[in-house]
Amino acid sequence: MSEQTPTTVNEPSAPTQAAPPEKSANAMQRFLSGAAGRNLGLVIALALLIVVGVITAGDRFWNVDNFLTIIRFASIIGVISIGMTFVITAGGIDLSVGSVMGLASVVASLSWVQAAADQTSWLLMVVVALAVGGAAGFVNGIVIAYGKVVPFIATLAMLVGARGLAELLSNKTTQVVSVQGFLDFFRGDFLGIAWLNWIFLLAAVAGWFLLGRTTFGRRTVAIGGNFEATRLAGIRVKRHLVWLYVLVGVSAGIAAVMMLGRTTAGTSTHGLLYELDAIAAVVVGGTLLVGGRGTIVGTVLGVLIFSTLTNVFTQNNLSQSVQQIVKGVIIVVAVLLQQRFASRPGRSS
Amino acid sequence: MSRLRMLRARTSRARHAKTFVRRDWYRDGYICYVHRMIKGDNTASLLSMRGITKEFAGVKALRGVDLDVVAGEVHCVLGQNGAGKSTLIKILAGAHQPSGGEIFWQGEQREIPNPVAAIHMGVATMYQELDVVDGLTIAENIFLGHELATGGVLHRARAARTTRQLLERLGHGDLSPHREVGTLSAANKQIVSMARALSHDAKLIIMDEPSAVLDAEEVKNLFRVVNELTSQGIAIIYISHRLEEIRQIGDRITVIKDGASMASGLAVADTPTPELIRLMTGRNVEFVFPPRGELPADAPVVLDVAGLSLRGVFTDVSFEVRAGEVVGLAGLVGSGRSEILETVYGARRATTGRVSVDGKRLRPGAVDTAVATGIGLSPEERKSQGLILDEPIFKNVTLSSFARYARGALLNERRERAVTREQIEALELRPADPDRPAGTLSGGNQQKIMLARWLVHGTRVLLLDEPTRGVDVGARAEIYALIRRLADAGTAIVVVSSEIPEVLGLADRVLVIGDGHVLHSTPATEIDEHGVLDLVMKGTAA
Repeated sequence: MSEQTPTTVNEPSAPTQAAPPEKSANAMQRFLSGAAGRNLGLVIALALLIVVGVITAGDRFWNVDNFLTIIRFASIIGVISIGMTFVITAGGIDLSVGSVMGLASVVASLSWVQAAADQTSWLLMVVVALAVGGAAGFVNGIVIAYGKVVPFIATLAMLVGARGLAELLSNKTTQVVSVQGFLDFFRGDFLGIAWLNWIFLLAAVAGWFLLGRTTFGRRTVAIGGNFEATRLAGIRVKRHLVWLYVLVGVSAGIAAVMMLGRTTAGTSTHGLLYELDAIAAVVVGGTLLVGGRGTIVGTVLGVLIFSTLTNVFTQNNLSQSVQQIVKGVIIVVAVLLQQRFASRPGRSS
Repeated sequence: MSRLRMLRARTSRARHAKTFVRRDWYRDGYICYVHRMIKGDNTASLLSMRGITKEFAGVKALRGVDLDVVAGEVHCVLGQNGAGKSTLIKILAGAHQPSGGEIFWQGEQREIPNPVAAIHMGVATMYQELDVVDGLTIAENIFLGHELATGGVLHRARAARTTRQLLERLGHGDLSPHREVGTLSAANKQIVSMARALSHDAKLIIMDEPSAVLDAEEVKNLFRVVNELTSQGIAIIYISHRLEEIRQIGDRITVIKDGASMASGLAVADTPTPELIRLMTGRNVEFVFPPRGELPADAPVVLDVAGLSLRGVFTDVSFEVRAGEVVGLAGLVGSGRSEILETVYGARRATTGRVSVDGKRLRPGAVDTAVATGIGLSPEERKSQGLILDEPIFKNVTLSSFARYARGALLNERRERAVTREQIEALELRPADPDRPAGTLSGGNQQKIMLARWLVHGTRVLLLDEPTRGVDVGARAEIYALIRRLADAGTAIVVVSSEIPEVLGLADRVLVIGDGHVLHSTPATEIDEHGVLDLVMKGTAA
């Protein structure tokens, strides 16, 4: 039954796909499950929060200065969240960002670093902070990619270890920044907008571009979508993993610089529990925790939602505790909604 | 009915007799013979589905399927990928609700609102991805969800005893109820799944391509178990792509095409194979292997594998593949075929030996250099090892080459889509939309994505592991023709398949693999299926 006349093959091939093209009946669902639809949901949530803010706090809420304050509050956690979006999109996680940020703030404000910065340029402090973040990320990446330790454990170890190192180096004291150039820069602004906001904006644009428009981003999404298939397609997945953790480490380093600028001091308690806020923002933003789909725009909206929420609560003199309860509810509701709309068209046999 | 009861009595007597007696019974085919006679006049319908339709958000997956199953029969459901078989099964299993139509169970109209209702009704489903829990023992798996317990305290001894009885009913009394399921072979996991169905008093067991993960010997054993089940009055809905299997095991067939039943309850014995294929595809084609071209005598050696070994898996494998040549690796499951391909590719690191492409030696255990040098692999498990199912077709096609189209680090998706469209055209990939997620495509079209990936990348050597697994008959011919066309264009190709006729029909030269050794190398025209099996048997005995 094998060797038969081979001539009959070239009949027009019957449609092997039973499904006809989807029609307008589910166009709405298709839109809502698409990237634009998901972000639209977040924009609506943010708008609702703003409406609540205007109703409850009126002009105290509705003014340009307050909005800039909201963004400034969002900026530090925002930069970390953008880095976090990359590792989560690749199917990983980094629990150590808060600790690494603390460590970087301590190292960059050590007395001899500050002395050297006084001699040369305040930018030395920035370089040191980024290098510390990058190095911690590099260690994470090596342990995860080549040591085959699951990211949760590897970065949990870094979370504990980096915090300990920061305490050891700073002697659990607060190291005040006295480098004048550094202080002047962060006290200043550009076009009337604080530098913290500009850094957040730059990081967001750079992250959006890197994830969506570059080969680096394509590899990241591919690894998260199917690690084995990506490896077998000839992509150097291990090396890429290391770079990803370096990237999120550097973002923690940037956040440390911003923190030093805002508080004018480095301490080992900077960044405490920031990893949870960052993960929450990323997940609420629509990035899949299992990897394979990530959105920087969503992450930024997620960060802004949490920051606006804090602001509305503060304006109304409500307690931190109530705020945390609402935060928890928002996380659950957001993920529930996403699961509802993100369900993909059924794969038939 | 009374005759069935008589048969049951005989079976149960046999069950209490010594094992070897029972085995002999079946070997004689006696039970099957009596059993088939009974079925002839058994008109009591167990399950009757009438005009079942199902829509998913505007897409009609089923447009009217009729299915009638009587007790004690093996009812085969045949259809191409995407015909709607899985949807039909899921409706029966209570996982989906039909949009229209009626379901009658033992003559009564019923609804199956959820999977638990299906189990209570007596319908058990064995999915391809078996739903057994690896970390639990056989007994724990069988009573998962309906544990034998009083006030939360488990009756372990009673569970073990019942499990043993169930396993014996399936002719597998040799399996210990306390064995951890993770240590079992795929075939034995299926047995556990069936035992669980029996523990729920299933009257109908749905088997979704159970043979896909089994080798020839295990399939025979599966058939023995199926016969045992039907002789106890249990009906089986058997889903398979393999027509030979349906011939061997099936009583009646329902053919589904494009979501509608083309024929319901055809007697297997009275329906010729070409008729089935016509119903299924609307065409009159069986497997068609394209004619082999004449390999030029001076065709250069492209792939050279010398003394390759992987400790504990295969030893001293050497072969050459010339430009334009298709070499097939034939052997049983577990003979080391797939591992050889993966080691050549660098996905596993060889213990000793070397692999060269165009005379350039490859670094062992490095997929990226293998790909850069010009080897491509279409892996055995397309879904888990080959494709990113949620990503669009074009990103899957360019997964190995997107960096080449990029300007610096900046992706050029327009170029990628254009390249993909060319491949869609050339390979007749459907749907012809580069932005459709790969996971929504049929098996045959997913295989075409894998081929397109390596065509775009421009590989010199193509390693194909089970290129037609999960691919329906109609699309197979297309895949075969494509493979031959690639060879004619000068690609060196290595094919692994567990279907020996496929290897023999497709390859120019065949390497017979047994127990991790190359037993024989010969032109494909000089060996037949029996010859291959003989070599394998001898090689394994030695």
